[in-house]
Amino acid sequence: MPDPVKPPAFPDERAPWPGPFVRYDLVKELVVALGVVLAVVVALTVLFSSPDEPPVTIQSWSKAAPADFLGVAVSELNRTSGVATYGPPYNEGTGSVQKIGPISLQEAAGVKVPIETAKDYVLEPLHEVPGAPRLRAALAAYEQAPAALQEKWAANYEKALPEARFVAGVPVLPPGRYGPVAPMMASLLAMGQSGALDGALLAGGHHFYATDYTKPLLFVSAGEYFEKLAEHQHLLGTQWGMMNETGSYPGQVWLWLFSFWYQVEPFKSSSNADALIFMVMGVLSLAFICIPFIPGLNRLPRRLGVYRLIWRDHYREVES
Amino acid sequence: MSAPAHRPAKAERTMWTTRVRERAVREMPPEKLLPDRQPSYVSSWIYVFGVVTIAAFAVVVASGVILGLKGPEWWHLTGLGHFVNSMHLWAVEIFFFAMVVHLWGKFFMGAWRGGRSRTWVTGAITFLVAIGAAFTGYVSQQNFDSQWIAFEAKDGLNAVGIGSFFNVANFGQMYTWHVILLPTVVVLLIVGHVLLVRRTGVVPPYAARLAKAPPAATATAAGAATGAEDA
Amino acid sequence: MTGTTPLGAIFDLNVPAHYLSWHFIQISVPNFVVIVLMIVVFVAALLIPFPKREREP
Repeated sequence: MPDPVKPPAFPDERAPWPGPFVRYDLVKELVVALGVVLAVVVALTVLFSSPDEPPVTIQSWSKAAPADFLGVAVSELNRTSGVATYGPPYNEGTGSVQKIGPISLQEAAGVKVPIETAKDYVLEPLHEVPGAPRLRAALAAYEQAPAALQEKWAANYEKALPEARFVAGVPVLPPGRYGPVAPMMASLLAMGQSGALDGALLAGGHHFYATDYTKPLLFVSAGEYFEKLAEHQHLLGTQWGMMNETGSYPGQVWLWLFSFWYQVEPFKSSSNADALIFMVMGVLSLAFICIPFIPGLNRLPRRLGVYRLIWRDHYREVES
Repeated sequence: MSAPAHRPAKAERTMWTTRVRERAVREMPPEKLLPDRQPSYVSSWIYVFGVVTIAAFAVVVASGVILGLKGPEWWHLTGLGHFVNSMHLWAVEIFFFAMVVHLWGKFFMGAWRGGRSRTWVTGAITFLVAIGAAFTGYVSQQNFDSQWIAFEAKDGLNAVGIGSFFNVANFGQMYTWHVILLPTVVVLLIVGHVLLVRRTGVVPPYAARLAKAPPAATATAAGAATGAEDA
Repeated sequence: MTGTTPLGAIFDLNVPAHYLSWHFIQISVPNFVVIVLMIVVFVAALLIPFPKREREP
């Protein structure tokens, strides 16, 4: 019969504890913990507040970096942008399609959030500008022109853009064959700077409420301006940005392992890095959940012996 | 005067309601559900971190409810809103902080031993779901941070084919995940996790290091030393 | 979107963080502080004696 006064040295892990008990007030523990956590939270709030870096709008971007804005806009019109060539779920492109071995889950999922960049980012918003007979004529000329000519105009414009000057906010390019693309882009820039394009991309002219920011976000994020801001805040993937927060706040530290894989080969230079790292993390997460069933790993704590420190009072008693 | 224990009549015993109640009481009698004593080996500060995690989660939920009731714009526009947002952020930091310390403690105790593997499994899943809950919060902030996180995360989600189902640039979707779906899952997991702990009790220490095991203990000692490391 | 804080931010953390670099590892000082604190708290939880309580057979 076990001695209830002395704890057993070799407890049966499955049986109820036959040894002595001590008083333990769980409810009091929870209430005290709640009080302590609340006090620490309020203290940290008073000391440090929280970050709230304002979002980039199309308006703020087109005002701060008009040439960058025009570069993205003309590439959307010409369907050469990152979004235009992305692939699923936005379109049939292949530019950002990733594979795990021979399998592409991305392609299998198909085009579910269709984006037609020329129409969505340039032509439809410009059609919403009221009045503006010159813009209307330019749009008509562009839309009636053969595809090859449309492409040529846009390509010429894109090439000349680095030499653009801005006179009172209006882009002035060196003389060249831009066709109607030049007045269209000037109008789009004016629309962007007025804030009208933010609304147009969000609502598409058909809605009142909006909750889906896919189109404006993909547009804004194509600019160098956006990336420069992120780089300044150390948010790029190559800067372990997944873990970081704007300002000097701690970020999502728990994503350290996810972030780690992006820094090492073979993932670092792989065009399938995202898909591969998602897979690796999936496998590791499953392993983490299954630690009790993984031979070796489930006995590691006994080998490490940290438990001797946790239960030192118990061992001191039973081993004396 | 003590009333005799209620024994259901035969007709009652066939009722589903009676059977569920009888089973619940049998599996989880009140003194097991809310015990006022613990085995003598429960004597370390490491044991408080599970409860601290729950306390931090309560502050996360409470501050989150205020933010949700005032609407997602409020915290950008008012000082009080920003204050509550800061509380929400710091409570999340403490929640993960305490959860990781709890996790380390339970790992080093081998706390899955003796039929307690489900406790580990539910805890580990809670950790992973909580990361998702926090992530959807980060993309629901409506500031530069959420723009950038959504821009970066979309490629990973698209690459594995779930980028349209779980569209990080769709605020409506992300907000729903963040304020109702994932918190509900975390709450259910925590409840299940705690009930499992209460049912099986806190894991006992590994076998002691004694030159010779007392004869009465050899059977269990063998079990503790070799097998029974898993479920 | 400039939230004013009536009680908050005695220390303004809205300045770019400092970063520690070691080979390919880059970590912000605030994140590093959080990780170090976790380890410190864990070790402290193991080392600081827990109050002794009465035995109840």
